[in-house]
Amino acid sequence: MSRVRVLVGTRKGAFVLTSDGTRKQWDVSGPHFGGWEIYHLKGSPADPNRLYASQSSSWFGQVIQRSDDGGATWQPVGNKFEYAGAVGTHLWYDGTPRPWEFARVWHLEPSPTDRDTVYAGIQDAALFRSTDGGQTWDELAGLRTHKSAPLWQPGAGGLCLHTILLDPAQPGRMFIAISAAGVFGSDDGGATWRPMNRGLRSEQIPDPTAEVGHCVHRIAMHRSRPRVLFMQKHWDVMRSDDGGESWREVSGNLPTDFGFPIDVHAHEPETIYVVPIKSDSEHYPPDGRLRVYRSRTGGHEWEALTQGLPQRDCYVNVLRDAMAVDTLEPCGVYVGTTGGQVYVSADAGDRWAPIVEHLPSVVSVEVQTLP
Amino acid sequence: MVRVVLPAHLRTLARTGAEVKVDVAAPVTPGAILDALEAEYPMLRGTIRDQVSHKRRAFLRFFACGEDWSHVPADTTLPEPVALGVEPFMIVGAMAGG
Repeated sequence: MSRVRVLVGTRKGAFVLTSDGTRKQWDVSGPHFGGWEIYHLKGSPADPNRLYASQSSSWFGQVIQRSDDGGATWQPVGNKFEYAGAVGTHLWYDGTPRPWEFARVWHLEPSPTDRDTVYAGIQDAALFRSTDGGQTWDELAGLRTHKSAPLWQPGAGGLCLHTILLDPAQPGRMFIAISAAGVFGSDDGGATWRPMNRGLRSEQIPDPTAEVGHCVHRIAMHRSRPRVLFMQKHWDVMRSDDGGESWREVSGNLPTDFGFPIDVHAHEPETIYVVPIKSDSEHYPPDGRLRVYRSRTGGHEWEALTQGLPQRDCYVNVLRDAMAVDTLEPCGVYVGTTGGQVYVSADAGDRWAPIVEHLPSVVSVEVQTLP
Repeated sequence: MVRVVLPAHLRTLARTGAEVKVDVAAPVTPGAILDALEAEYPMLRGTIRDQVSHKRRAFLRFFACGEDWSHVPADTTLPEPVALGVEPFMIVGAMAGG
């Protein structure tokens, strides 16, 4: 029977949750790296026992950890993220130029085909790649040196590159998202980039339809249809049917279209999930009810998924990297909350149950489906 | 041998006890101690000072012989008891919550 391994990053360490394919009984391992912020962990599709973790601390900075046994043991690897060439400036919150400065790794995206190749999205926003299992990192500087970069400004969480999507059908094609610059795409393995924000509208910036400056929270794709992209923007849920060339709103009947994560069902490319959050100044669910919303029509028409989720007095958030889907049948959906709960639905969202309820605040959730 | 006391999280990262000993050629300075420490324990690179600028991380302090050596130039010669291993060079995390 297949198994699942859920990789949970929290404000105070990493946890590895494992179960068989029924996803009813769980073993919990951790905390790994106790006391450190774990922004993200992710396994290599090419070798599921190869895991990468971003470990950071305000005191001690950034560490990258690697496991070759599915998270049982770890070893620190390279943590030198040095911008390539002239550093230049972006805009600070007060509108003044500020030199790029490394703060942390937000997201690690392993290559689908090579276990030693992994991409890192960092704050201040830039994309790095390692081809030696994380020992050394090189910047793909064409992104940070894009002509629009001096005008990028941080969102409240910092100028972070938080999403990396690798097109499984076309090697070298990739998308990234930055808060608050927007989506950028590359067709040449990250050498050159262009903004892909046409159709986005953000009232919080001087020109609501500007080419860059949008606070994109997350983008997602189904691997069978890499030209269809879904987006949770600061406000608005969007989709693109032309590989990011243009976007249209599909918020439909959501109770609020503010939120952070968005993900796609593993077997139904038009079934997507979001977690509506009340507002950008109130980062908790509307009405104190944690509801995952599912659309089986690729947007517009949404249904609330509530069974097994707290429906009163619930004021947690679900952060942008804290939703994942497994590839079992039926598809499993996972969300982690800032209240320390990780919920699983083993039936594509119909019914939910907590795996753990008292972890530190959850930053990220990934899941691996294992033989 | 110079004795270096590490904060708890760095002991875990380096898989050491509270105190490590490193060979440091004279003159013994904060910079030379960190050079030797990072050579012996490469996983500590970047966790005490920036890997490129060598600027001390803001929430760490360096104490020795009852004095704060955090703000002196990295090539400042430390007191002889540190060089002789009588007194440790202490790397201390700031008292800050979270």
